[in-house]
Amino acid sequence: MNDRVVNVILAGLGGQGVLKASEIVSTVAFRAGLDVKQSELHGMSQRGGSVSSDIRFGREIFSPMVPPGEADFLVVVAPDQVEVHRHQLRPCGVLITPDAVDATKLASRRSSNVALLGVLSHHLDFPEEAWLEAIRAAFAEKLHAANLQAFALGRASR
Amino acid sequence: MNVSDRMLLSGDEAVARAALDAGVALGTGYPGTPATEILEHFSEIGGRAKWAPNEKVALEVALGVAFAGARAIAVMKHVGLNVAADPLFTSTYTGVTGALVVMSGDDPGIASSQNEQDSRHYAVAAGIPMLEPADSQEAYDLTLRAIEISERWNIPVLLRMTTRVCHSRTVVRRRAGVTAAPAPHFERDIRGRVMIPAYARTAHRKLRRKLAEIQAWNESCSLNRVEAGEPALGIIASGVSYMHVREVAPRASVLKLAFTYPLPVEKIRAFASGVERCLVVEEGDPYLAEAIRGAGVDVQSKAEMFRFGELDADRVARIIAGDTSPEPPAVPGKPPQLCAGCSHRYVFEAFRKLDCIVAGDIGCYTLGVLPPLEAVDACVCMGASIGVGLGLRHVLPPQQARRVVSVIGDGTFVHSGITGLVEMTYNPPPTGHVVVILDNATTAMTGHQENPSTGRTLEHDPTGKLSFEELARALGIADVVVCDPALDKAGFERVLGECLANGRINLIIARHPCLLIAGTLREYERAAMQCCEALAEDP
Ligand SMILES: Cc1ncc(C[n+]2csc(CCOP(=O)(O)OP(=O)(O)O)c2C)c(N)n1
Ligand code: SF4
Repeated sequence: MNDRVVNVILAGLGGQGVLKASEIVSTVAFRAGLDVKQSELHGMSQRGGSVSSDIRFGREIFSPMVPPGEADFLVVVAPDQVEVHRHQLRPCGVLITPDAVDATKLASRRSSNVALLGVLSHHLDFPEEAWLEAIRAAFAEKLHAANLQAFALGRASR
Repeated sequence: MNVSDRMLLSGDEAVARAALDAGVALGTGYPGTPATEILEHFSEIGGRAKWAPNEKVALEVALGVAFAGARAIAVMKHVGLNVAADPLFTSTYTGVTGALVVMSGDDPGIASSQNEQDSRHYAVAAGIPMLEPADSQEAYDLTLRAIEISERWNIPVLLRMTTRVCHSRTVVRRRAGVTAAPAPHFERDIRGRVMIPAYARTAHRKLRRKLAEIQAWNESCSLNRVEAGEPALGIIASGVSYMHVREVAPRASVLKLAFTYPLPVEKIRAFASGVERCLVVEEGDPYLAEAIRGAGVDVQSKAEMFRFGELDADRVARIIAGDTSPEPPAVPGKPPQLCAGCSHRYVFEAFRKLDCIVAGDIGCYTLGVLPPLEAVDACVCMGASIGVGLGLRHVLPPQQARRVVSVIGDGTFVHSGITGLVEMTYNPPPTGHVVVILDNATTAMTGHQENPSTGRTLEHDPTGKLSFEELARALGIADVVVCDPALDKAGFERVLGECLANGRINLIIARHPCLLIAGTLREYERAAMQCCEALAEDP
């Protein structure tokens, strides 16, 4: 990866696993030896309110927040949150929404956060095994199968 | 670079990690966003951590630990520091034998709080040295430095963080060579620790001498560093504001402050005189700018509009450009709500139905203020529901006074509602009063922490359990009713109606576990039962 800072925003509603997904992204970047900052406000996130998380990685990161209008990737788990965050995307940035994967094929509906990471993983320069490792580290063993399936589904969708 | 000695930690986790590496003997505190995770993580990684009933008690316990020569950390959110302010202001007089770090988590932008106070003013008011981390690495390093400073000058140290620093995950490298923690021991120091007026007068002078010494030391302290750049613009910044400055003004000269009370005034003066334009960039109140100007150094500061809310790269760019044009309005997200089926909901429906005037409190149930319930008439600070309700009852015309109820959660009641209940029995209003404790068996709002009324410790192990019923009876409240507002809605409504009508002082305990932890609660109870059975079998 070159000197450029990559900015990712993950968004959704409390309970959709936005923070878990962003932990996975930042872990992958961190283990690749990059400087990483991941930032979110999660005061009352359990109660169904909007949640979003900023992840930035590259050679050296200063502000932990993605500057307004500079997200390279915007991954939104809840369809009704797209408009709330669209202004954060760069003009040629990539928007990833739940439409990107066929939800009926998910082993568990609760894994759509990880399925969208599968889609995101296409665009980032990290080896697949690094993602799988981070997913396994983020979940209890009994949830591994469902989440790995979701990731594979997302990664296979184009 | 050896990748394995790097860690990706939140600011909170970094403080906990430093506390562990420094051999902190006890971490005390009270839950509150954004500081809650410090003690939880400290316990998880092997530290000894305890939730206190409130922040004042937490700080007092930590002070005792530090009187015993050991290292202590007391952790709280910014408004918790108000609750702990009484011991704080005198702990700087008594000083400490070991180390005492007081961590306050400020919340600029009010992500999850009732106000936007800037706790840096406490450093000045109480005379407590203050460190302000800008990311997790600094949270780690400055926790260690706070312990060193505390031990060197026998003074408590304030570690002031903000939500953004507490909750951002950034890379941390641990430090080797932390000095070993001293073994606890008691040494008598009556004049130093007993603050009767004669000794306190001496102690105050001693504190001011210490602060003067610390200030002189801070002038050459490596915690405040100049990052040379072009002389046209010099920026003074601390905390996360520094990170935004680096983002938008890579060529500026920067004086990055981390040790922000007592300020290194001469270092600041020298920096300001070496640049053409000197600007202070800080979140919240203009604390640095005013202190620096007060010392006779001419600096520019942000416009008043930037006192409010968090800073980010865009806002810092505006501050630098002197741009005070209206900012784009924030796109509203979806507000949090009471979970579907939350038992709090039924209580507020009953309040609506009986047209109650509701003195509310702080917890999940504050969300009862939002449509469609809109059933909270006041919410100020933890515990205020009871006092405010009594005040309304004392002066409102009787037909209105009789509609007033105070509603408070179990966690909040233990934190600061007990004295309110004492006030109710000591000074009952002419129309009586009704207090409703919403006992959902947890401190839900801040992430389901235990509290003294759940009968479990921070680690969820069984311990002494406070009974609201018995407490109320001991206080002389004859009318104590326990009911389940979710399983028996009509029953709850009837009880509430009767209590409002009887003109006496009443306590209703509305008991139903929080939905989100009902399963976990059953597991704890099963574990406790098994433990009891094993003990019973053991001859
Ligand atoms: C002085 C102070 N300390 C901590 C907090 C953070 N805080 C907000 S609500 C709350 C407790 C909520 O628990 P409880 O009263 O049991 O209500 P629940 O959320 O379970 O309904 C805490 C600790 C605060 N607002 N003020
Ligand atoms: S977390 Fe528990 S107390 Fe809070 S709204 Fe949900 S069910 Fe109610």
